[in-house]
Amino acid sequence: MKLTLEIWRQKNAADGGHFDIFQLDDVTDDMSFLEMLDVLNDKLLRDKKDPVAFEHDCREGICGACSMVIDGQPHGPMQETTTCQLHMRKFKDGDTITIEPFRARAFPIIKDLVVDRSSFDRIIQSGGYISVNTGQAQDGNAIPIEKEQSQKAFDAATCIGCGACVAACPNGSAMLFTSAKVSHLALLPQGEVEHSKRVRNMVNQMDAEGFGMCSNTGACEVECPKGISLENIARMNRAYLGASVAAE
Amino acid sequence: MWLINLLTSSIGKKVIMSLTGLFLCSFLVIHLLGNLQLLSADGTAFNEYAKFMTSFAPIKIISYGLYAMILLHAVLGIALWSQNKKAKGSKYKVRTTQNTTFAGRNMALLGAIMFVFIVWHMSKFWAAMKFRLDPDATTGVVDLYSEVSGAFSHLWVVALYVFSMVVIGLHLHHGFQSAFQTLGLNHKKYTPLIKGFGTGFSILITIGFSIIPIWMYIQSIS
Repeated sequence: MKLTLEIWRQKNAADGGHFDIFQLDDVTDDMSFLEMLDVLNDKLLRDKKDPVAFEHDCREGICGACSMVIDGQPHGPMQETTTCQLHMRKFKDGDTITIEPFRARAFPIIKDLVVDRSSFDRIIQSGGYISVNTGQAQDGNAIPIEKEQSQKAFDAATCIGCGACVAACPNGSAMLFTSAKVSHLALLPQGEVEHSKRVRNMVNQMDAEGFGMCSNTGACEVECPKGISLENIARMNRAYLGASVAAE
Repeated sequence: MWLINLLTSSIGKKVIMSLTGLFLCSFLVIHLLGNLQLLSADGTAFNEYAKFMTSFAPIKIISYGLYAMILLHAVLGIALWSQNKKAKGSKYKVRTTQNTTFAGRNMALLGAIMFVFIVWHMSKFWAAMKFRLDPDATTGVVDLYSEVSGAFSHLWVVALYVFSMVVIGLHLHHGFQSAFQTLGLNHKKYTPLIKGFGTGFSILITIGFSIIPIWMYIQSIS
């Protein structure tokens, strides 16, 4: 199929940036979206032009590296699917595809489609862990946990920290990410012990990074490649309010 | 201090918005119930009610609290809107709106229209009651009813009022359920009820406040 690609180009954080238009004539249905970009970059390199910078790692839909907004949607048009798992059969011959980087003040652009998401790392560093050694898998299994409870914790733990929620949010808010990380530890007995301190520290760090506030538009939930639910945000708000009032 | 930390955090600021918003919802109910007396062509009951509302001390105290709540909700709302705009930074060329509502995306705009409406509304009737109209020498009752029916004999005033009520309805439709989510009150059983109640509430408020100017206009031309 033949495609017209409209891609955001930006040399560095200080550059203003602009869109470049590319024609790609030899795209097949079986290519993943990233493979299609590989073909484009191969062509650009052969023409001695600067290839389009984009992030990728596992290409299996589990690492969360492939951050880009495709036709206005983080990770493109497929529900609960990362960019790397999106295939070109979802597009038609003659389509024009607009590709932009994740946009938020807390995600400064490094180059083209690559953004700096270390603000997420700093939120995790502020409390997204358990301080004691809880052992290996068999030790975890030794503690009986009600199925519904462990399922909720697991659903929250499926967050891959890709930042699509921030990219989709009109306020650039990281509430869905932070609440998923708070929830998955809070719902399990190993994580519950440090819950009060964790939620306060993680919310404070989230605020310090310059993310926006949640106005409950619901845009994040629908763009999340892992289907993280808004229930987590309510749980975090509840926990944060309770912890702030009760903490000594 | 922990309370200042809480109230200046992103979640704390949204909690202030939700609590003031829910308080203003309760005010709308009282305001509507009182105003429905305007539907009776004899203005005596409404005028007596207006006198009671502006002279009974506990209600006067609550009304000052109400003005403070409106101002806090409005000023903080604008501040959060500007902070969120800054946090988003640059906008996308292509934008999608799936899973979001018009009201949800435009709460600040709807709120700003409402604020302009409230200022206009108060300069029209509140200021008339307080400063412009002279009370009856013997009873002390102000003929606010005639002031209101006079205003609603103009079609453009009626149209602007109905438009403002639609704006309020949209703002409530998102705001009511959003306030509960912000407070952390999300539950498989109760959230659908809260959302349903919020929709019904916003429709009732819009229709309830709209029929008053429409009815008074019909009376004025017949």
